[in-house]
Amino acid sequence: MTRILIIGATSAIAEASARLWAARGARLHLLGRSAPRLEAIAANLRAHGAVVTTGLLDANELDAHAAALDAAGTELGGIDIALLAHGTLPDQAECDRSPAATVQALADNGLSTLALMNALATRLADQGSGTLAVISSVAGDRGRASNGAYGAAKAAVSTYASALRQRLTGSGAHVLTIKPGLVDTPMTRHFRKSPLWAQPDAIARGIVRAIDRRRSVVYLPWFWRPVMAVIALIPEMVFRRLRF
Amino acid sequence: MSHAGPGTGPQGADRPDDVAPGGDPLPVSTHASKAGSTPATTGNTASATPPALPSWGNHPQAAPARVQALHWRDEPLPTPASAAPMLARGNGRSYGDVGLNHGGTVLLTRGLDRVIAFDCQRGILRCEAGILLDRLLELTVPQGWLLPVLPGTAQVTVGGAIGNDIHGKNHHQAGSFGCHVRAFELLRSDGTRLECSPDHHAELFAASIGGLGLTGLITWVELQLVPVPGPWLLATDTRFTGWDAFHELSRAHAAAQYTVAWLDALVPSGQPWRGVFSHGDFAALDDGPAPPKARAGVPFTPPLCLPRAGAVRVLNGQRWRRARTDPAPVHYRRFFFPLDAIGHWNRLYGRRGFVQHQCVLPPQVAIDSLVQIQATIAASGQPPLLAVAKTFGPLASPGLLSFPRPGTTLALDFPFRGEPTVALLAHLDAIVAEAGGAVYPAKDAHLSGAHFRQFFPAWQRFCPLVDPAFSSSFWRRVMADAKPPP
Repeated sequence: MTRILIIGATSAIAEASARLWAARGARLHLLGRSAPRLEAIAANLRAHGAVVTTGLLDANELDAHAAALDAAGTELGGIDIALLAHGTLPDQAECDRSPAATVQALADNGLSTLALMNALATRLADQGSGTLAVISSVAGDRGRASNGAYGAAKAAVSTYASALRQRLTGSGAHVLTIKPGLVDTPMTRHFRKSPLWAQPDAIARGIVRAIDRRRSVVYLPWFWRPVMAVIALIPEMVFRRLRF
Repeated sequence: MSHAGPGTGPQGADRPDDVAPGGDPLPVSTHASKAGSTPATTGNTASATPPALPSWGNHPQAAPARVQALHWRDEPLPTPASAAPMLARGNGRSYGDVGLNHGGTVLLTRGLDRVIAFDCQRGILRCEAGILLDRLLELTVPQGWLLPVLPGTAQVTVGGAIGNDIHGKNHHQAGSFGCHVRAFELLRSDGTRLECSPDHHAELFAASIGGLGLTGLITWVELQLVPVPGPWLLATDTRFTGWDAFHELSRAHAAAQYTVAWLDALVPSGQPWRGVFSHGDFAALDDGPAPPKARAGVPFTPPLCLPRAGAVRVLNGQRWRRARTDPAPVHYRRFFFPLDAIGHWNRLYGRRGFVQHQCVLPPQVAIDSLVQIQATIAASGQPPLLAVAKTFGPLASPGLLSFPRPGTTLALDFPFRGEPTVALLAHLDAIVAEAGGAVYPAKDAHLSGAHFRQFFPAWQRFCPLVDPAFSSSFWRRVMADAKPPP
């Protein structure tokens, strides 16, 4: 029975991933900030065959990390997969006006994630097995005016994941960087979708598959890899004039 | 708003990573880039340019002023920005305008798709209201439990099944969906949450079953399932011609769990319609056919109605010849949901869409009225491309505005051709009214207010139970000319 820890378990991608794992009969421990919502998700997963426990964690309370991870390790009896899925989508216009908002955005999407990644990497290395899967974003591949704070935080996550992957090589543990593109959810349902939009279910399938195959970096859907490769090649002379 | 949400599972800007983890990486289109930035400011708010959200028949058209997706059953209803009324929308399978709310706020319930508890000893299932029957069946059938009533598609939500008090091929024995609802939670616009059951808030329980979503938002539902020996039925087809033969078959097979008749309405003018009567019962088989594979769907709506009478006539001929007149094992999904194999088949009807006319006619007059309906259709020169009939049984639903009642029900799909179609529907409604029958709101787009109130006399008891902040395009249409109940 695969033992899975999910942090930020109330996000749609996290919940969709949890459902796929539940269908395999996994043992899950869910961390998030809202007890009733964690319980709503957990009850559904249990009905579909998983064994599920939940715990409360605000990822920005760095001092609470160790206890929450200890409790998770005890509940699960070891961690085979840790999925980091928490975060926010900052309002860049407000970040442009307010340095405090930018710092908060970096804390939500970057610092808290890095702290958890570090702690989990150490635990998995000690354990000698397991996959740390962290949801970064294609937005971290190159900074843009419309989501600079979010992109910077995700760039930190991607870079740190790369570093941890090196650090863990030989330990038996592994790190997966997940870079989703645009994802269609009930919340964005009212927008006209281009073919570039993906469903959270599809992203979740990609995550589960990438972990199964012990991949290092996965773009979801796959076409973002060549797209971002091209974007990375655009000279700054040109890029700085682009507006997207 | 994003700053309200530090840490895990942010509540302010909820579900950021599913919204647009990458922001808007490319100038894909104006919509895509807007989508990338807007959720940052919304959390759970509505969009400035909501989509059309068409009904299943793609007719009539309506444009909501706001669209809001619901994710959690503990969420409050949106505070009305204006006097614009709200309406919940599930999977959008209602044919006409009961699921439309032109100029109002549409609440999308598909995010409420979790099972809350499943007692597989007693077959009691509690789930959120936006879950599809399809997903419930995946869970319960392998454990030996079946939804008590199955409509012609599994792609409807539980909330929609209650709001329209749907029926199925077992109505003659089991009644409608509402007969098997143990309880549900109703979230009213004043913020109260009422657990409704036959014993608690019984009036709202009865009003909400078949209540077309007008009594508030149903957040969760508790159902009594029925035991089932496996996923297979033994089903038998019988060819017949004419309404007398249909009713004889219905009587002869009243003991079968499930009965339905498919009709070929494209026979030469003046001849009686012919059809295939199917009856089936679940059977304990060790093995049987696999469920049908989902074939490619219709990817977009063509400008014109594609099915031509000639082509449908050929298909009908095949259907008639291929009737399996010996009992044969069939997977329940093929038996109950044959059209689900083709995604978005409704698009075949083109941009003008189609309408379904479904009526029920009292037993004493059914045959005369059916003959009259057939003659009216022949005279109009607009044959239905799909026709289905079934005999309803006597079991009454608790629902005040429930459609099923004893008699013969007939459902007819017509491509929408404008005025001639409207005139034909009015003719059919008049025949049904004279017979003392009723027309099914879930399929309707043109029923007059007077006819609606004749068909559903409990509307006067229903009106005071409607949530003042809820309404629909259908409700405004049929109540526009009504005098308020005394």
